[in-house]
Amino acid sequence: MATEALHENETLASLKSEAENLKGKLEEERAKLHDVELHQVAERVEALGQFVMKTRRTLKGHGNKVLCMDWCKDKRRIVSSSQDGKVIVWDSFTTNKEHAVTMPCTWVMACAYAPSGCAIACGGLDNKCSVYPLTFDKNENMAAKKKSVAMHTNYLSACSFTNSDMQGCDKKAMVWDMRSGQCVQAFETHESDINSVRYYPSGDAFASGSDDATCRLYDLRADREVAIYSKESIIFGASSVDFSLSGRLLFAGYNDYTINVWDVLKGSRVSILFGHENRVSTLRVSPDGTAFCSGSWDHTLRVWA
Amino acid sequence: ISGSSSVASMKKVVQQLQLEAGLNSVKVSQAAADLKQFSLQNAQHDPLLTGVSSSTNPFRPQKVCSFL
Repeated sequence: MATEALHENETLASLKSEAENLKGKLEEERAKLHDVELHQVAERVEALGQFVMKTRRTLKGHGNKVLCMDWCKDKRRIVSSSQDGKVIVWDSFTTNKEHAVTMPCTWVMACAYAPSGCAIACGGLDNKCSVYPLTFDKNENMAAKKKSVAMHTNYLSACSFTNSDMQGCDKKAMVWDMRSGQCVQAFETHESDINSVRYYPSGDAFASGSDDATCRLYDLRADREVAIYSKESIIFGASSVDFSLSGRLLFAGYNDYTINVWDVLKGSRVSILFGHENRVSTLRVSPDGTAFCSGSWDHTLRVWA
Repeated sequence: ISGSSSVASMKKVVQQLQLEAGLNSVKVSQAAADLKQFSLQNAQHDPLLTGVSSSTNPFRPQKVCSFL
């Protein structure tokens, strides 16, 4: 009735103004704590020398864009998935293909290696996350042993065997408490979609790569962005990021086919790596930090060290 | 009716903001100092940073053996 509708509108208006007040308060608090930039704190840290990083292995075999990859804990096996519908497990030392599974769909956008090394998970346009136990028995059909572990309402874009605590969605990066299912912190400073997020090794911060051609570092305890990694000459989006073991280096793959290596503390670029012949779509540092692997729309994966 | 669902979703937004506003944050100078310390302390254990010799990095080319 009319009086009810009026009451609803008052409540809505008062809630909206409360929301605005809270947002203002949050900004104020964040600004108060912003007493310095990360690169200023790192001014007297010794600059990094020249880096010699080259492609040490090229993994060829996919028939279409490589969309995702993950390392096995054994530091040598790699699982990769592609738009060709295949998921391949490689021995990166020898470049041999150890397993290959054909998914019932194309665009396998996500794949992950189980910590035990005995299985892989993958999914994509089939809206499912399937787990395949890895077997070396030639008589066993890997596809026959697959188990579906999750049904989503839309395509699977990422999967991981450990609880993934973060999600980049649109321009916002959100940090979730997996126990309560609540979003505990949100950061919205990127000017375009965020394509990749990765925790800093200490767990106190995370980096993001975005279509706005920048990578950014957010500190969870300071609750704000503390560094931007960008250059005027870099105009294409960053698709994937990962840290070196100490967190000093940030490797970022871009849509202009290059990989930029950033000094996380000083905010400067220390190296630019060429080699891929199309967009870099995925990038992960190996578990022991001796190398990193990049996957590309050029159908290949490259291991760099 | 659309009215009540807007109120409900607005309530959620306010609750979320209250949660975020309640966080106790540290100053950037402190947080940045901690990040710096972590990286410097772990630098020597970072193979991609320090560079690892060919003999220990399985990906770097090893000395070539030739048949005599």
